[in-house]
Amino acid sequence: MNETASNSAANLAHSDRIRVDLQLIADMIEPGTRVLDIGCGDGELLGYLTRTKKVDGRGLELSNEGVRNCVAQGLPVMQGDADRDLADYPDSAFDYAILSQTLQATQRPKEVLSELLRIGNKAIVSFPNFGHWRARLDLMFKGRMPQNPNLPIMWYETPNIHFCTVLDFVELCKEMNLTIERSMVLNEAGSKLSLGSQTRFSNFLGNQALFMLSK
Amino acid sequence: MSTATNTEKRPPLPGHHMVLGETEKLRLDSGVEFGPFTLAYQTYGELNADKSNAILVCHALTGDQYVADEVHPITGKEGWWSEIVGPGKIIDTDKYFVICSNVIGGCLGSSGPKEINPETGKPWGLDFPVITIADMVRAQTMLIDALGIEMLFAVIGGAMGGMQVLEWCKSYPERVYAAAPIATSFRHSAQNIAFHEVGRQAVMADPDWCGGNYLLEGKKPSRGLAVARMTAHITYLSQPALHRKFGRKLQNRGAITYSFDQDFQVESYLRHQGKSFVDRFDANSYLYITRAMDYFDLSLEYDGRLAEAFQGCKTRFCVVSFSSDWCFTTAESRIVAHALNAASCNVSCVEIESDKGHDAFLLDEPDFHMVLSGFIEGAAEGRGLK
Repeated sequence: MNETASNSAANLAHSDRIRVDLQLIADMIEPGTRVLDIGCGDGELLGYLTRTKKVDGRGLELSNEGVRNCVAQGLPVMQGDADRDLADYPDSAFDYAILSQTLQATQRPKEVLSELLRIGNKAIVSFPNFGHWRARLDLMFKGRMPQNPNLPIMWYETPNIHFCTVLDFVELCKEMNLTIERSMVLNEAGSKLSLGSQTRFSNFLGNQALFMLSK
Repeated sequence: MSTATNTEKRPPLPGHHMVLGETEKLRLDSGVEFGPFTLAYQTYGELNADKSNAILVCHALTGDQYVADEVHPITGKEGWWSEIVGPGKIIDTDKYFVICSNVIGGCLGSSGPKEINPETGKPWGLDFPVITIADMVRAQTMLIDALGIEMLFAVIGGAMGGMQVLEWCKSYPERVYAAAPIATSFRHSAQNIAFHEVGRQAVMADPDWCGGNYLLEGKKPSRGLAVARMTAHITYLSQPALHRKFGRKLQNRGAITYSFDQDFQVESYLRHQGKSFVDRFDANSYLYITRAMDYFDLSLEYDGRLAEAFQGCKTRFCVVSFSSDWCFTTAESRIVAHALNAASCNVSCVEIESDKGHDAFLLDEPDFHMVLSGFIEGAAEGRGLK
């Protein structure tokens, strides 16, 4: 009996360890809220939020395989993409609209951002930072488009078509009159870097960026 | 003497029969107050103490209530969804109480055109009132009431069964905890209506149809109904699936015969499909039920704004389509899913890759089974079902 109980506790603990950058997103979310995870993949974050924060979570995922895997876990996910399929959701349908590592792959990032803040009271957005020093070195010394473990795909095959830097993103938020509620940059492993509030440093040292926005 | 002598002599079909609408009649969309009427139904598993584990399975056009019987009383084969429903299966009858009723207008024991009109003592024939998907569902609610079930844990069905699922969620959302409309749509497309019309014309062109009075005349429009089934059957398959199965293979012969005999295997197969269908289905029922599907358009009363049909609906949905289904396409399913989204409903929408066409929902499709199983388990957890 006890062994079974401790086993399942161990399983739970194990299954509830998620990717470090996703954990940072999860930490931003209040329990019991309504969450839409756009580009939810295999449902790692969505499942975690549903289990541990009891959110009313929904997902949108481009790949059929991802959708299938999510629904097979009992997660409410539908096939669709951020460019096309956000228009259906009513205003303020969610407390949070999450777009993790997907903004750079959208056709119209600006429209997508404003959609996120139409359907969600807050938007949580993460993206690879092209202002990172290594990306700058790649361009400056190698004269090649940046590639790293988080961006392993060659330029001609990558789904990522709209790259930006942390500074670029902050500028866009200003232009769109969006409030940056929280922001942080992460290292290559997805862990948070403590750099204070200097955007310039963050832009140089952060491999990925994570923002929470509101209107 | 008796008109009943002309109807086929068969022992009464096994399973439950419930007479409904005795005190309060069934109000049909056509305006007719109908009743009392009978629904024939099967149940599998046990209803739990708080009556929270009931799953209503809705059958498709030519399906019936014998969803998971080991031996179908007429065909001798196993039930049409034995793959999915049964002990330890995806719709686990050890855990859930599964109900499946023959639709009103059907021909396997529920009131329909081949049953006797109590007022005349003769088979209804075309005097049977025209029914709709909403009528079928309204009749089912009376059965569910009679079984003492307030809220169904799930309503699940494919094709016309899926139409009933959507109708349940539109009209009785508080009575459905989870819904799986599979390979279906919120309306019948022009192409689907067109194919149904071909089928109906085939039935009505058969002289043995006798203006719908074949039972009285001691005849049976078997040829017409078989042609209807043959046409419909093609629409349930996909071009690649049909070609993979038969190609241009010849039927028990080395060469073509320069005749109109069944040279090709696919011809023989279709003839067989048609022939076996007429043994288990009533031609007038086929007219009525295809008509019910044709009339189905959930968005009609909302001027096409489908989302309004689901406003405030708390049901969780799993909308499933199959990539090669050209009767009920993924595009149609996505319209449903988008409308559900717009109504802030809890919705999953999955397209299953399959080249088996519309019939894929009845076949062994592991991805589909994985999805349906996950959806049901997730919903059971939400509903607190152990």
